Amino acid sequence: MNETDQILENIGTTEYKYGFVTDIEQEFAPKGLNEDIIRFISEKKGEPEWMTEWRLKAYKVWSRMKAPNWAHLNLREIDYQDIIYYAAPKPKEEKKSLDEVDPELLKTFEKLGISLEEQKRLSGVAMDVVVDSVSVKTTFQKTLKEKGIIFCSMSEAIREHGDLVRQYIGSVVPANDNFFAALNSAVFSDGSFCYIPKGVRCPMELSTYFRINAAGTGQFERTLLICDAGGYVSYLEGCTAPSRDENQLHAAVVELICMDDAEIKYSTVQNWYPGDKDGKGGVYNLVTKRGKCQGNNSKISWTQVETGSAITWKYPSCLLIGDGAIGEFYSVAVTNNYQQADTGTKMEHIGKNTTSRIVSKGISMGKSSNSYRGLVRVHKTADNARNFSQCDSLLMNPSCGAHTFPYMEVHNKSAKVEHEATTSKIGDDILFYCQQRGLSEEQAVSMIVNGFCKEVMDNLPMEFAVEARKLLEISLEGSVG
Amino acid sequence: MLDIQNLKAGINGKEILKGLDLKIGAGEVHAIMGPNGTGKSTLGNILSGRDGYEITDGYVDFDGLNLLEMDPEERAQAGLFMAFQYPVEIPGVSNANFLKSAVNEIRKARGEEPMPAPQFLKLLREKMALVEMKKDFIGRSVNVGFSGGEKKRNEILQMAVLNPKLAILDETDSGLDIDALRIVANGVNKLRTPNNSFIVITHYQRLLDYIVPDFVHVMYEGRIVKSGDKTLALELEAKGYDWIKEEFAAI
Ligand SMILES: Nc1ncnc2c1ncn2[C@@H]1O[C@H](COP(=O)(O)OP(=O)(O)OP(=O)(O)O)[C@@H](O)[C@H]1O
Ligand SMILES: [Mg+2]
Repeated sequence: MNETDQILENIGTTEYKYGFVTDIEQEFAPKGLNEDIIRFISEKKGEPEWMTEWRLKAYKVWSRMKAPNWAHLNLREIDYQDIIYYAAPKPKEEKKSLDEVDPELLKTFEKLGISLEEQKRLSGVAMDVVVDSVSVKTTFQKTLKEKGIIFCSMSEAIREHGDLVRQYIGSVVPANDNFFAALNSAVFSDGSFCYIPKGVRCPMELSTYFRINAAGTGQFERTLLICDAGGYVSYLEGCTAPSRDENQLHAAVVELICMDDAEIKYSTVQNWYPGDKDGKGGVYNLVTKRGKCQGNNSKISWTQVETGSAITWKYPSCLLIGDGAIGEFYSVAVTNNYQQADTGTKMEHIGKNTTSRIVSKGISMGKSSNSYRGLVRVHKTADNARNFSQCDSLLMNPSCGAHTFPYMEVHNKSAKVEHEATTSKIGDDILFYCQQRGLSEEQAVSMIVNGFCKEVMDNLPMEFAVEARKLLEISLEGSVG
Repeated sequence: MLDIQNLKAGINGKEILKGLDLKIGAGEVHAIMGPNGTGKSTLGNILSGRDGYEITDGYVDFDGLNLLEMDPEERAQAGLFMAFQYPVEIPGVSNANFLKSAVNEIRKARGEEPMPAPQFLKLLREKMALVEMKKDFIGRSVNVGFSGGEKKRNEILQMAVLNPKLAILDETDSGLDIDALRIVANGVNKLRTPNNSFIVITHYQRLLDYIVPDFVHVMYEGRIVKSGDKTLALELEAKGYDWIKEEFAAI
């Protein structure tokens, strides 16, 4: 029996329990965006000239772009001059040990349930924590160093491993890719960087925890992962934010590069503040995530559990360039109240014998709207490409909505592309059956939903799966009606 | 154990149970027979607390509890079990996980600690052997892809694991082959103790060859119109329901 199968016992509180604000000393950039602000950020971070130039170029691209207008999202106009683009806990020097970290910050971690020490001891997870814009703590540096693995904050990488960053940044998601990618390229303040050398299997899960803390700020982290030939890494990211009435912008960019026979497993548990019951506040989560399977037989697997954010817009994608490359996308997206999620993936089959697999599970409650939007494109060059997509929606009541937009473009006759989709309502019959066996309605719902998502949850690393299931449970409370 | 007094209930304004009386003592097995559409499943649903019925009159006492006031899960926790005529499928939820949650919820309601995993697995294996269920069913999703007979057997497995005070078996025999019928009946007989009672809803005498009832009732038009011992079932098998309907019409 799968022991992780049964984490359905303790029901928490319905309220967003990560909604506290930490009172730490912060340093801010002035509101708004212009070249001076970008220079300010770059200087604050002690960046080399090339980086400053790269940002400024991106800024020019961005200022010529128009914010996109998506049919399925009810997006309030964002005033980009009313956002603080840089906020960082003070002091900003790198911490050598936990003792040097602001005690208020440590309290935050405890509230988040991620006491770093505990993480270290129990799960052997190397962890980086990004609060607002600055990476606060990276654990396990030494162990990783011995293997030649680089895992550090983006700022540090720019300073210490400039060549690698310069070679790869923007190589998967160029600044001109889209409006939010351009914005991020101009103002990104931190994030994580990871390099796995040839033939090295990373011996532990690497993990970054993102937290928006300050009011009126946006978070623009940038993550870059390079897995060299024959390497392997499993990477996790988690996100939370305080409950605030205003909408906060989170526009991240994640780039993955995978060489011959290398594998990257990238998991996300996204729980940004979703706004209140009436749809007030919440994070706008507008993220560009893309992985490049550059090498032959390389593999990138995205797994995401999305329960937070007022608006989620993200399509973790795979460019399957190397022959025999594999792309996977496993997703659970839960929406409640007035949340809107528009998520899915893009699989670009370019190399021969490339395969992709898409499993998307959408759960809608309240008055929310939950869309899957996916593209499978088989290029002329992609002989014998294979794709399988499964998109299932579960509706908890009649007032929510689920939509599926599976796009397919096939330019090579040898391709096999399969798509299956289902929409189901949580039935009285099943609920009654469970209750007749002694389960409360809430437990029954939680069990049914966990069953519905099982295929995706099973892809999460163990420690994360526990957290993800708890989150799912919390988001489900009071959902039936 | 169970005392149903003058139960009147319906659905969508249509009266189905029209003043039903039934008393069941501890350790007794009662068979309920009767033509299609007379309200047998409805009775089971109402006793187990399914939503959507209007209860217009009557009282049901279950071991000193006012049954009709309780939530379905409270009834289950108090020891009432229903083996469904049409068991549902729960994708992605393993039999083991489902049953473990049920066992522990029931224990919790009784103020007991959750059952340790090894003990639970032992119990599950033991009961699976009782209903001759293959090992791989432990990890399979509840009823998903089960044959009709396997679903019924799974109901009996759940009953055996949960060990209820009162079990209602709604046509558990229909759709079973001869061997499965024997296995299911055997499962029930093993659970018969001076404390456990059963209501067995069936159309066929053959089940009652294996599960020998203490009482047989005929239900017609939402009421128990005739009661007797096991010989009543034989009489019905031989004569059909017409004589009952005639007797009823004469009243
Ligand atoms: N939702 C409903 N709306 C209207 N009538 C209903 C509904 N559910 C049940 N009934 C009716 O109630 C009556 C009793 O149904 P019930 O299922 O209890 O019969 P039964 O005795 O179990 O029959 P069978 O032997 O065929 O299983 C039937 O006439 C049925 O059509
Ligand atoms: Mg029936």
